[in-house]
Amino acid sequence: MNPNSPTSPTTSRANAARACLSTGRQLGLTLTLVVALSSCGGYSAVPGGMSSIAPSMAMRPLTVDAPSPDPRVGLRAGLFDAEEAVWNLRVVSNTPPPEAFVGKTNSDLAFKGNYAIQGNYDGVQIWDITNPSAPTTVITHLCPASQSDVSVFGDLLFVSGEGMTGRLDCGAQGVQEAVSHDRLRGIRIFDISDIRSPRHITNVQTCRGSHTHTVLEDPNDQDNVYIYVSGSAPVRPAEELAGCSDASPNQDPNSALFRIEVIRVPIARPQDAAIVSSPRIFNDLVAPPTHGLAPDDIIAMDEAEAAGAFVAEFEGRRRILRDRTTRPLLNGIMTARGGTRVSAADSATLRASIPAMAESLMGGGGDGLGPTQCHDITVYPAIGRAGGACGGYGLLLDITNPIDPKRLSAVSDSNFAYWHSATFNNDGTKVLFTDEWGGGGGPKCRASDPPEWGANAIFTLDGQDMDFRSYYKLPAAQTSLENCVAHNGSLIPIPGRDIMVQSWYQGGVSIFDWTDANNPVEIAFHDRGPSDANRMGAGGTWSVYWYNGVLVSSEISRGLDIFELLPSDALSQNEIDAAKSVHFDHLNSQGQPQIVWPHTFALARAYVDQLERSRAVSSAWVTEVRAGLTAAEATSGSARQSALTGMASQIRGQAGQSGDAAKVRMLADALRGLADS
Amino acid sequence: MSDPRRHLPLTYVAAALLLSALSTVACAGAGGPTTPAPRSGAVAANAPPPAPDLARLEALYRARADSALQRVSDADAHFMTGMIHHHAQALVMSAWAPTHGANASVLTLTARITNAQKDEIAVMQRWLRERDRPVPEVDAGGKMARDSGMQMPDMDMSDTQMPGMLSPQQLLDLSRARGVNYDRLFLTYMIQHHNGAVTMVHELFATDGAAQDDFVFKLASDIQVDQTTEVARMQQMLDGLPSNQDR
Repeated sequence: MNPNSPTSPTTSRANAARACLSTGRQLGLTLTLVVALSSCGGYSAVPGGMSSIAPSMAMRPLTVDAPSPDPRVGLRAGLFDAEEAVWNLRVVSNTPPPEAFVGKTNSDLAFKGNYAIQGNYDGVQIWDITNPSAPTTVITHLCPASQSDVSVFGDLLFVSGEGMTGRLDCGAQGVQEAVSHDRLRGIRIFDISDIRSPRHITNVQTCRGSHTHTVLEDPNDQDNVYIYVSGSAPVRPAEELAGCSDASPNQDPNSALFRIEVIRVPIARPQDAAIVSSPRIFNDLVAPPTHGLAPDDIIAMDEAEAAGAFVAEFEGRRRILRDRTTRPLLNGIMTARGGTRVSAADSATLRASIPAMAESLMGGGGDGLGPTQCHDITVYPAIGRAGGACGGYGLLLDITNPIDPKRLSAVSDSNFAYWHSATFNNDGTKVLFTDEWGGGGGPKCRASDPPEWGANAIFTLDGQDMDFRSYYKLPAAQTSLENCVAHNGSLIPIPGRDIMVQSWYQGGVSIFDWTDANNPVEIAFHDRGPSDANRMGAGGTWSVYWYNGVLVSSEISRGLDIFELLPSDALSQNEIDAAKSVHFDHLNSQGQPQIVWPHTFALARAYVDQLERSRAVSSAWVTEVRAGLTAAEATSGSARQSALTGMASQIRGQAGQSGDAAKVRMLADALRGLADS
Repeated sequence: MSDPRRHLPLTYVAAALLLSALSTVACAGAGGPTTPAPRSGAVAANAPPPAPDLARLEALYRARADSALQRVSDADAHFMTGMIHHHAQALVMSAWAPTHGANASVLTLTARITNAQKDEIAVMQRWLRERDRPVPEVDAGGKMARDSGMQMPDMDMSDTQMPGMLSPQQLLDLSRARGVNYDRLFLTYMIQHHNGAVTMVHELFATDGAAQDDFVFKLASDIQVDQTTEVARMQQMLDGLPSNQDR
């Protein structure tokens, strides 16, 4: 409430409110009252007791003042001394790689406690990041294999090996023979209970090696952890690993193509880790080679259907059938019943049989085997779903039975070359797929490269269906000396918003808000000039993840970078503080954890900031609620509890008059949770 | 081995008139390193002096990069050389799309193939150049240089001996096709062409001493997955084209 507003409360009410508070602080009449209204048993939440929540201005989408011209353009090259551009981030540290890994490719990251575990084509580097401004080496473990993507669970460390050079004995001499029993392609498992001394436990060899992998922690199985292996390289000869076959599954049911591998690791006996299933999640996969339907496309489709067009559905996506396709079918139905004119009943018959006929009508997509592999699968056990980025498709999988994942739906997109990875939003209502066009080695962010190629595609989830909404691509043009395409990232736990940090190789780090699936907006970035002024050198950020308050990036050539978010118009300090309140004891980005925010004042204030930013509420209401929070925070015990409880119920009652009832209710829930904590 | 692709005959129809006109195989001479490895060039004059340990690490980085250039297997060089020729023909096939009445989705596909394969040709050329190996030169339209002075001694590099390469007659047919006929022929032939590239990757990996270089392994693997994915997409596009009876 605003003391200057005509709706100011009566003095008597204010006095009563003050009387029931013991703080006596000079917080001002109004804020004391807000607390008081809710904290005194004799007061019910009085409608109108607070200022109107109703917004006085139209709501506005997220807008940012991005620096112009973009400072990422024209950065000076250098290996360890490249020029840097940074916006809304603070560079906390750049730590060069250990000498053993200089000139060797750094890959993915996993986290355990205060340790960042960084894969490298020559082994694994473990950093202690207790002090993010000065990471220290715990151990540089030599054991070559590309890509050495890493994951952790408990005391176990899993490392992917795919390249031809990986050896069972971790030697660095490579494997010259095309067929060799010295070669490791698959998953290496280490015991890291003593993190300074990883102890090799076992290997699980796979027919296609392991380009990368996903650790699935099944909430219903405390005895085992599961690994989904994604291997994209050619199948090994059977002479090297018995049983491997790359014949078509029609010729050899044991073909290593068109399937993924599921490894079960008994936690008590990790040495018994073994492949337990090879699900053929692509069987009968057909989808049109078009981009997903944009909202305009959907409207057009609805209109066409309403006008009588025949629509066939493939994997949850609709296509209008052409007259030249439907006419002979209708004629066939007419002829079959002995008629001479196509009737409405014939049309109805055709409509009813379209689903069954769809595949043959449209040609069916070749052999119906779908892609031969996935690049990456992100599991989100809390919702029982996984996003599979598999060849030319994005798949939605049901993983409630870890050894038997089921495909729910699939999308394809003519703008996507190679589906690379997936990230869900925390609510599980959206999924973002990346396209690693060119495999990460190409300079795909030049001004001449289309913004929908090598980008992210954002989908909303509607039951089992994925609906395309928009693309997001790094908005700063990069040079032809910089390999650049969408790559790995994670959510940043900003409550009430979907915010992601993502690596773009030498395009740098981009942080963007995709709360509005139709309109992703970049809100922060970091970039360096090319690693080499004269040629496209190795370098760039392989992956960047939020972990316990900081952003940690694996730089392919330059080591480990750590960043911190800075507040801006697009992100408040309260939102950052709320994000920092989330603590993980370990993190594998592809095993997406559900974020649960502790009940803090920062959480409540973050929601208030968001309501203010979007103009979903009146500014007077914002002032009042903030004052109320300040007053409540200054109290303790039952006074705080009753103050927060009262605010929560009053705010909940106002939600409907705001421009964003859902967010106001989230605030009320946060206050209620804070009261109970 | 159960892979039928590994047993594909490697000889295709011998080169003929059209082929030599379009893409005569030749290699640029490369008597020495044409791109001197940068040393301090990356450090701008006004940059602050790097910390001593960084300078040492950078020197180590350069030394290791130089050392890696000395370890080159013939199998890898053979693959890179051959794949440049292979990619070059894809550029020729794709370059006709805008003038031959390709449909919108084929235009998009050819634009992406052109973009991707030009970039890959550039990195493969650089890889060879930095290792003092003969470098096949390709013009923007995919034509191989004819006058670079050095005939390729390795006849396996001949276009017609690589899996999936179009025969002169196929190229001629594609050059004469228009509209949906171009689309159909292009998709049919590019599926053949891409499958050939995948076969080349399989052959590479089945060769002793191959793909010990991480860069070669990654490039070959990426070519394999990209083109396998694209074959599936092209098959769908082909199936979606109006059939001959439909027209």
